[in-house]
Amino acid sequence: MAESNPKTLFEKVWSDHLVKDETADTPAILYIDLHLIHEVTTPQAFTLLREKGIAVRRPDLTLGTMDHSTPTTAFRSFKDLAVVSEGAAKQVRTMQENCDEFGLELHGFDSEFRGIVHVIGPELGATQPGKTIVCGDSHTSTHGAFGALAFGIGTTEVGHVLATQCVLQRKPNTLAINVNGQLQSGVTAKDVILATIGQIGVDGGTAHVIEFRGDAIKAMDMEARMTVCNMSIEAGARAGMIAPDDNTVEYLSGRPGSPQGADWDAAVDRWLALPGDAEAAFDRSVDVDGAALQPMVTFGTNPGMVIPVNDPVPDANGDPAFRKALAYMQINSGKPLSEAAVDIVFIGSCTNSRLSDLQQAAEIVRGRKIAEGVRMLVVPGSQQIKRDAEELGLDKVFLKAGAEWRESGCSMCIGMNGDTVPSGKLSVSTSNRNFEGRQGIGARTVLASPMTAAASAIEGHVCDPRPYLEGQ
Amino acid sequence: MDAIQQLSSHTVVLPMVDIDTDQIIPARFLTTTSKTGLGRHLFADWRFNADGSEKPDFVLNSPGSANCQILVAGNNFGCGSSREHAPWALLDYGIRAVVSTAIADIFRSNSLKNGLLPIVVDDETHAWLIENPGAEATIDVAASTLTLPDGRSVNYPIDSFARHCLLEGIDQLGFLQQHDDDIAHFEDTRSWTP
Repeated sequence: MAESNPKTLFEKVWSDHLVKDETADTPAILYIDLHLIHEVTTPQAFTLLREKGIAVRRPDLTLGTMDHSTPTTAFRSFKDLAVVSEGAAKQVRTMQENCDEFGLELHGFDSEFRGIVHVIGPELGATQPGKTIVCGDSHTSTHGAFGALAFGIGTTEVGHVLATQCVLQRKPNTLAINVNGQLQSGVTAKDVILATIGQIGVDGGTAHVIEFRGDAIKAMDMEARMTVCNMSIEAGARAGMIAPDDNTVEYLSGRPGSPQGADWDAAVDRWLALPGDAEAAFDRSVDVDGAALQPMVTFGTNPGMVIPVNDPVPDANGDPAFRKALAYMQINSGKPLSEAAVDIVFIGSCTNSRLSDLQQAAEIVRGRKIAEGVRMLVVPGSQQIKRDAEELGLDKVFLKAGAEWRESGCSMCIGMNGDTVPSGKLSVSTSNRNFEGRQGIGARTVLASPMTAAASAIEGHVCDPRPYLEGQ
Repeated sequence: MDAIQQLSSHTVVLPMVDIDTDQIIPARFLTTTSKTGLGRHLFADWRFNADGSEKPDFVLNSPGSANCQILVAGNNFGCGSSREHAPWALLDYGIRAVVSTAIADIFRSNSLKNGLLPIVVDDETHAWLIENPGAEATIDVAASTLTLPDGRSVNYPIDSFARHCLLEGIDQLGFLQQHDDDIAHFEDTRSWTP
C-alpha cells in the first residue's frame, strides 16, 4: 500500500515530538528526549532557575559532563588539576555544584566515562535513533548520525529545556545530500564533509536539516557517520541526520543506556522504521561524487575554503574575504599547501577523537618519528576511548613517535583549557573550525582528516597520507 | 529582556562576510559563569593588540562609531558556535540590531531571546548600507521596517511570535510554562518513552 503522507526521516522524528504544532502566530513546542549539558553554556541557565525557584523538569533526561575548560594533563587528585584560569576553575566547580543541587547525572573528574559531550552521549548509549537531542553546543549535530534530531541551542534555551523539557522551534526545511560511489583508500568521512561544505558553502545549509544519504554514507561505520554529521553546522545547517540501519543497531547493542530485553527488540523495530519513506520529498537536494573525492585540507579561515591536498590554493579573484583569509593564513595562491611548514598537529575534538580516528592516525605514525620541531598532541574524545586505545597500545605508538598522549577533552579545538596554538604557528588539526584565532590568538589552522594530520606530522609539512597506506 | 519598539541610530559597518562567533567573542572569554560585562571582549582580536592597546584601523575604535546601535555586516553573520555570549557581548557593548543579507540560525535565535534585532535585508539595501557607513537608520519593530535617511523603507522578515516577544519584552520561558499541561499530556500519552 502506498504511503498516503510520505515523510522524510526528519519529518518522522519532528512530528513524533510535537507537544503543539506551529501556527502562524506561534512556533512549535518540541519535546526533548535528551539534554546534554557541559560547564561552559549552562551556568547562566542554572542561575535563572535558581532565581525563579524552578526545578529541572526531567533530571532523568539530562546528562552532564565537563569537557571545554578542563585540563588534558594527567592528574592524580583534584588538587593536582591544572585548570588554566580561575574563571575556568570556577566554571568547573559551578558545574559540579549545579548538578549536585538539581540532582543531575554528571560525568565529572571522578567519572571513568568523562569525555567530550558529543563523544560520551553515543558511547553511553544515551544517543539513540528517533530521539530529539539538544545541547548548548553547535556540534550537537553529531548525534544525528544515529537518526536522532540533534541540534545546538543557546543558554537561554538550555534554561527552557531544564525547566520545561521543550524548545520553541519553527519547522526547518529539508536538504538531501547524496554522497554516491565508493570512497578511495585514504579518503575518509572528514574528507567527505569538508568537500561537501566546500561544494555548498558555509551557509549552504542555513535553515535546513540535512539528511546524508547514498552508498558512501551507507558504507560508513558509526564513528565515520558521526564525523560527517558533526560538521553539518559548518555548512550552517540546523542539524544533520543519517537513517538508522544495522550498523546503528549493532553500535548501540549492549551500551549502558541502550534498552534491554524485550524493550531492546521493540526499540530496534521502532528505529528501523525511521528511514524516510521512498516517496518523501526534500526541499532541496545536492549530489556529491564520493568516488572522485581526494583527501581534503582547508587553506583559509572557514571550513568552506577547502581543496584536495595536492591542488594549488585558488586565486582570490578580487574577493576581499578570500584575500583577508589568505593574508591571515600567510598562504599564497597558486601553490599547493604542501609547501607550508607545520608547527603543530592536533588529533582530537568531537569531530575526530574516536577510537577509529586514533587508529588511523596511529597506523601512519607507527614505527616513525614526527618531524623535528613539530609538536603533535593526541587527545582522545573520552576516558573510555583513552582506555580502549591504551589496550591496543596506541598510546605507545604515539609516544614513541614523539607525540603527546593526553586525557580527554575539547582541548586544542577551541583552546579554552590552555591547549593552544601559539600566534603565527601553523596547525594541522582534525577539529572542525579554522576560524581566525580559534586555536589561539593568531593561530593558523588547516583542517584535515586524522590520516592527513598524522602524515603531515611525519613530513613536517602538509601532505597526502596515501603513500603511507601502501603495504598496510 | 528589555522591550524594543523602535531604534534610530547611525550605523557601523563590518563588510566582511561569514563573521563567526569566534570573532564576535573569542572562546577564551567564555570561561565565565555570568552573562554581564562581555562587551569589553566584543571583537577582541580585531579591536585590540596583544598588549591590550586598541588597533586604530578597526572600525569600532574610530570616534565615529561611538554610541552606534546598528551593526551592518556582511552575509552570513554569526555563523559557527552556539555561544549566546555573542549576542550578550554585542548588547553589552551597545549594539541593538545587526543588519545583513543572511544571519546564521543559532545566532539569530539567541539574539531574539535577548532583544538584539537580527535584520535581513535585500542585496540592494545592504549594498547601500555598506557603502554609506554612519548613515542614520531607523528600525520599527512593529512594522518590521528599516528606513534609510532618504526615507526609503524596506520590510524585513521576522517570525511573528519573536516580534511579539520583542515588542512586549516577553520572556519565552513564561510562554512554555503556560503549556505545562500540554507537556505533561504529551509525556503521559506518547507511544514510547526515552
